[in-house]
Amino acid sequence: MTFARHDYDAVIVGAGGAGLFAALELGRAGAKAAVLSKLYAVRSHTGAAQGGICAALGNREPDKPLWHMFDTVKGGDYLVDQDAAEIMCEEAPGVVFDLEHMGVPFNRTDDGKIDQRPFGGHTRNFGEAPVRRACYAADRTGAMILHTLYQQCLRAGVEFYDEFFVTDLAFAGETVAGVVAHDVRAGELHSFRAPAVALATGGWGRLFRVTSNAYANTGDGAALALRAGIPLQDMEFYQFHPTGLHGLGILVSEAARGEGGILRNDAGERFMERYAPRLLDLAPRDMVSRAVYQELQTGRGLGGADYVGLDLTHLDAEVLDKKIPEITDFARIYLGVEPKEEMIPVAPTAHYAMGGVPTTVDGEVTRDEEATVVPGLYAAGEVACVSVHGANRLGTNSLLDILVFGRRVGRAIAEFVRGGKGPAWPAEALEGRREKVARWRDTAGGPAVAELRADMQEAMEAGVSVYRTAESTAAAREAVGGLLTAYGDVGVGDAAAAFSTELLEAFEVGNLLALAYVTAASAHRRTESRGAHSREDFAARDDARWLNHTLCYLRDGELEFRAKPVTITRFEPKPREY
Amino acid sequence: MAPAVEFRVTRYDPAADEQPRLVSYEVEVAAADRVLDGLEYIKRRLDPSVAFRRSCAHGVCGSDALVINGTVRLACKTLLQDLEPPLLVEPLATFPVIRDLVVDLTSFFEATRRVRPWLEAGEPIPEREFLQTPAELTAFAEGTKCILCASCVTACPVVKRGTPYIGPAAVVQGHRFVNDSRDVGAEARLRILAAADGAGACENFFECTKVCPRGILVTKRINEIKAMLQAGGYVKGDAADG
Repeated sequence: MTFARHDYDAVIVGAGGAGLFAALELGRAGAKAAVLSKLYAVRSHTGAAQGGICAALGNREPDKPLWHMFDTVKGGDYLVDQDAAEIMCEEAPGVVFDLEHMGVPFNRTDDGKIDQRPFGGHTRNFGEAPVRRACYAADRTGAMILHTLYQQCLRAGVEFYDEFFVTDLAFAGETVAGVVAHDVRAGELHSFRAPAVALATGGWGRLFRVTSNAYANTGDGAALALRAGIPLQDMEFYQFHPTGLHGLGILVSEAARGEGGILRNDAGERFMERYAPRLLDLAPRDMVSRAVYQELQTGRGLGGADYVGLDLTHLDAEVLDKKIPEITDFARIYLGVEPKEEMIPVAPTAHYAMGGVPTTVDGEVTRDEEATVVPGLYAAGEVACVSVHGANRLGTNSLLDILVFGRRVGRAIAEFVRGGKGPAWPAEALEGRREKVARWRDTAGGPAVAELRADMQEAMEAGVSVYRTAESTAAAREAVGGLLTAYGDVGVGDAAAAFSTELLEAFEVGNLLALAYVTAASAHRRTESRGAHSREDFAARDDARWLNHTLCYLRDGELEFRAKPVTITRFEPKPREY
Repeated sequence: MAPAVEFRVTRYDPAADEQPRLVSYEVEVAAADRVLDGLEYIKRRLDPSVAFRRSCAHGVCGSDALVINGTVRLACKTLLQDLEPPLLVEPLATFPVIRDLVVDLTSFFEATRRVRPWLEAGEPIPEREFLQTPAELTAFAEGTKCILCASCVTACPVVKRGTPYIGPAAVVQGHRFVNDSRDVGAEARLRILAAADGAGACENFFECTKVCPRGILVTKRINEIKAMLQAGGYVKGDAADG
């Protein structure tokens, strides 16, 4: 059997904001780059980002990158690598202007500048009061950035392989040689030889049953790295966004609170006054999610149900129509709620992975606590952990992260590939995958992929949610471990070659299970509470023991943990109050 | 037990089937379920081989436009309670079927690319942002809502009839850029849209506007392009009336 072979300077895996910006930089530098995505490029989940992208432009009031950096470090509960956060906040204005020059339709001030609005945890002068820092295009900022980057990639002649699912990284020794990819449409494996590979596959919200994330968010890139013996960093830090549409988990942007929205309990009380007296509803997400959770635990949900109310009824109709039109529409369509007249029922929803594939500030993937670089392998965006978000990400810093570091990865690869063609294609890289797919198709009566996924989501929701304990995380780890074993016997009944989504989901569920296992185990190990990781049995932050990053390896089913130091440059850890 | 709704879904495997066929499924539904939830139920519980595209599941990624009870809609934005059962779920009719509900959108993306759908910013590029007033933003903002789901193309009677036409989505893409105060590429785009299969091929059936899941006034924008083509002398006086 023959297979299609391709030869590139660089392969970008994933076509969201990070992947497209990296590809665009490579296109601008004249390198031959291919973007592989399991979706059509414009379907990526960057398009679901709503509220904005922060940058200290100072268009509405004085602002400084240093204040932005401080907020990012404090928001991340001091687990942030401060050298990376400084780069991100310093480069933020330049990235926003770059995007604006490419065509992003930002909302404007009356004098034609990019408008800015407040967002959770973003303050002036080191925590004094909320600051207008978020640049936005209504409440579809991510979609506008995604489409704009896609458009400019088309203009630059970037080559796209739509609906190609990357199944394996290929190595020659320790050095990257390319990737193996499954062409979904034809049902065939392809080899892509390249001296540089960038992982830009986004997050893994599908670990959980209720999530704001797309079906596609299955952490494929992180699982690729893990299988290649690379550790994942800080996986216990998973963000639950406080305002998902009740029952569905669809995101209701923090922009709703940035524009003046208020969270209320059954008594109509603005309960954030008790949890974050200064920033109130614009406190960081980990705090607001815990507050909502506690309100629900004590029976103060609306009508005693498992949601609180997001009150927008006091806002001008024009604000809803012009600045947050999409989310008001979501409430109408999916819940039959008119936000101009009644509160939107919301509850925490699994949203964002702070952890991921460890990288340097140029996106080079590293393999240990000394940050030893894996030659030729890069990562950027949610899949990566650079780490600018530490233990908890601030709103709008996700778009900023993927674009700053996507661009840096593109520039770093353009430099790297001047060094030559890289190793020859290792023949065995593709054979193993072909045999596995054939075995799946020949297996009858194995466990169904959909059931493994449902059981995993249930275990993760029960054990590794907003609050965790030693018992809950151990139970999740054991349950997922059992599912991982069962996955070894999985069968894919769909014999048709073309567009087998059953096969695609078999790949995806394998990836999710590996990440769930590492997440539960990492959450079990960290016996403190920091940022989004809240241990009921260890309620305090413990800097003496835990001011370090978790590295978790998974080799032949065995977990191994190491601690990696946090880079602290400007801001010493302090108690985190808002 | 939850109430059941019958879904009749187009199944087609080009390697095995001569013709597409309809297969019936009993789907248990909850009150606020969407059509996509029903398809996921089928895939999870009844037949894992049924093929359809989906991703974000809330109407922003553009993956799951389907013909549902005869009308083009996004499966994730259509509630079951708003439809008469049984449900008929078919692929987008104007494109070749790859399998089941999955169609080949190559021609769709090629058509939109023809209008050079990218900003060509005028020199000099400022150090900070281009200044653009809220009114200048409004002039093109609606077109930026397009998610390239291809609903409008499938609903268009001109396309269905086989008349050469670049399609409503491509004209909307053109509209978005030629009306952007930062753009200097209008002339090339308008020349493309002035061709025989360009905006002038639209006959004002308004079907595109009716089905657009993003609420874009597609036909109105097409007519604005027709007017620009006339005013700019790209087409002769009567051509735009179609």
